[in-house]
Amino acid sequence: MDALITHSPILIIAIPLLAAFLTPLISRVSDTVRNIIVIAALAFVAFLAIFLARDIYLNGVHVYVLGASAFNLTIPELYTVPVRIILEVDAMSIFLGIIAATVSLAAAIYSLSFMKQETGKAKFYTLLLLMTVGMFGLAFTGDMFNLFVFLEILSISGAALAAFRTRFADALEGGLKYIIISAISALMILFAIGILYAQYNLLNIAALAQVMQYTTLDKIALALLVIGFIMKLGAVPLHMWVPDTYAVAPAGISAMLVVSSQASMYALYRICFSLFGVTMNTLTVGWIVIILGLLTMFVGVTMAIPQTDIKRLMAYHAISQSGYMLLGVGVGLAVLGNPEALATYGREAMRGGIFHIINHAMYKGLLFLTAGALFYRTGTRDLNKMGGLGRNMKFTSIFFIIGALAISGVPPFNGFASKLMIYESVYRFNPILSVIAMLVSVITLASFTKAFQSAFTGPPLPQYKDVKEAPKSMLIGMGILAVIIVFFSLFPSLIVNTIVTPAADALINQAPYINAVMGGG
Amino acid sequence: MIATIFNIPFLAVAALVGIALYIIISQRNLIKLVMGIVILEAGVNLFLITLGYREAGIAPIYTNAPEGVMVLPVPQALTLTSIVIGVAITALMLSMIMLTHRHTGSIDAEKSRRMKG
Amino acid sequence: MMMSKIVRTISNLLLPFILTYGIYVILHGHLTPGGGFQGGAVFASGIALFIVAFGSYNIQKNLKEHHLSILESSGALLFIGLAFGGIAIVFFYNFLVGSPILGHIPPSGSNPGDIWTGGVIPLMSIAVGLKVIAGLSVIVLVMALASSKTEIEE
Repeated sequence: MDALITHSPILIIAIPLLAAFLTPLISRVSDTVRNIIVIAALAFVAFLAIFLARDIYLNGVHVYVLGASAFNLTIPELYTVPVRIILEVDAMSIFLGIIAATVSLAAAIYSLSFMKQETGKAKFYTLLLLMTVGMFGLAFTGDMFNLFVFLEILSISGAALAAFRTRFADALEGGLKYIIISAISALMILFAIGILYAQYNLLNIAALAQVMQYTTLDKIALALLVIGFIMKLGAVPLHMWVPDTYAVAPAGISAMLVVSSQASMYALYRICFSLFGVTMNTLTVGWIVIILGLLTMFVGVTMAIPQTDIKRLMAYHAISQSGYMLLGVGVGLAVLGNPEALATYGREAMRGGIFHIINHAMYKGLLFLTAGALFYRTGTRDLNKMGGLGRNMKFTSIFFIIGALAISGVPPFNGFASKLMIYESVYRFNPILSVIAMLVSVITLASFTKAFQSAFTGPPLPQYKDVKEAPKSMLIGMGILAVIIVFFSLFPSLIVNTIVTPAADALINQAPYINAVMGGG
Repeated sequence: MIATIFNIPFLAVAALVGIALYIIISQRNLIKLVMGIVILEAGVNLFLITLGYREAGIAPIYTNAPEGVMVLPVPQALTLTSIVIGVAITALMLSMIMLTHRHTGSIDAEKSRRMKG
Repeated sequence: MMMSKIVRTISNLLLPFILTYGIYVILHGHLTPGGGFQGGAVFASGIALFIVAFGSYNIQKNLKEHHLSILESSGALLFIGLAFGGIAIVFFYNFLVGSPILGHIPPSGSNPGDIWTGGVIPLMSIAVGLKVIAGLSVIVLVMALASSKTEIEE
């Protein structure tokens, strides 16, 4: 068991990779064995992630050096800097790992029946497992260039999956927009990595953080990195690809695209907090993140109001909710250099923003899966054409109600808990920000009430008279996420103290991150 | 100072990236947009290799190595990985454009857009 | 479509040299510049020459897409299997250095002709080379087939 925990950072990345390339060979033989292998690989990875999380909360940062003669030999003899590829897992990384593991397991179980009628299913599961590899690799890496490589793996497989159903013309358009934006942003990030390497001759994040002086070239690199990750994250003003891509992807993949945007947000925080830290002017960069968060919240929710396509509406709401996360952590970044403000409200704002990340992944994933169930049974995504489906699809409507109440911040659901933490702490920073955030929450509730009323209530339409409930595996996939939402709603302080606070502290304190690689050796 | 002979590759990088960004913003033909992304990627790869140059450096191979400093070998490995990723992205984009042409009959970005608002 | 007889004859003459050069670059990846991706790209460009000269419809009768897919998956599985081989110590550990197969540790300086060095690295080069050959050939073949079908339909 101990050996499993020490090797688990690389096993979590390598087992889906192995399963991804086993899938085309096994599909020639039998379909059921392939489904069992996919679900078993993802379930095993979820267990490993939870056990690794427990070990990290007890024992601190985990380091894994690939190819050395011992797994924590970061700096070999006669060297002063790390020379191999190093995986470094701290509390924030494993936070993202837990989110990625649960959502991909739910999406894979859901896709077993959603994609039943499509052709080329072997390639679908290969790409889904590669997307999981990309998410975990992005979360666990301790190296700048590995960040770029895993970001590209995530983008390419995400774009290929978004455009998977090539019989729809708009699916191809959504996938094309996603891959063009991803290519441009990844090249900007590579340019910035080149600038940092040229200055310091180091690629490891912890080693760079130790020697970072904030010269003009570093400012250019920081600007390029921030713009690159903002493009991948879907924040305003570079949000044009989000509604198109989220709407046309198959429903399980939309849920995973949400988590991949959050992985890009994690990379942005890693750069701002652990790589640059207090050497940069955190007040300026923090205010830039706060302004972007506000714009994102507001533009997202106002463009969601007139939508008639249900998945496009949910995509605009996804944009708006990521504004909350940027706002919360941005306030924490702005007061990073000010220890008393950090202790009073900065840490609370960061905890609110980070708690919102996991809440958003759960309820937005659930909402996209219910929209997929509606599309599977009725064949349309247009809210004007749907109506009165609540009688026939009872479980789907209950899941939709849970998701809609959670996203609008209605007590007692988990959305309310994280939004309350954000409102309280941001109010002490600057009251106007908090007022705008509350207004956006009210408009979100209005928009989802309209969506629920058009789709599920109202008189039953004749063409939907014998629509049945969604198939069992889709219900199980939705049920996993719904159970987690209800659990988080009943015990929010337990979740905040166990999972969220170590993650926020890992971002605020740069020292354990650096010492794990450079100091202990 | 700007025109010393060792700065010419960096000026080339600036020219390539500038031309590529102009193409990406202004062209409507989707194939030309892909060409713009390929030129941008070529510019970034050239930047990565050029930053490794050391004056009077030799190739980083140990066998039969003469005396002197070697150029940095790590950016060459980074560039190789970037070229492979670029091949994959170009293949994916071109196949999506080919299928879009089959559905809508045109490769003009304005005429083959279906989703607005 | 097929090109003229001159083009077909010349590509018949050139193809063995191109394919041999590609395999040479893959196999000597741990000694000379090159390796898995570079050699695989040379090999795949030979296949692309063949597809352009003879027409994708004629090539597709013998070189089918699902055979190439099996080759690609086995290349990737070989790579990951070799990486898992050293898991007793650390993942990706070079467990063949010092052992009789491929395990010589050469002294620094010139020692021509000693290719049995490098441990796991030449085997990983071969695995990556197989994957790149299959991947790039399948891309060129399928795109050529798809665009020629569009011409026929029009």
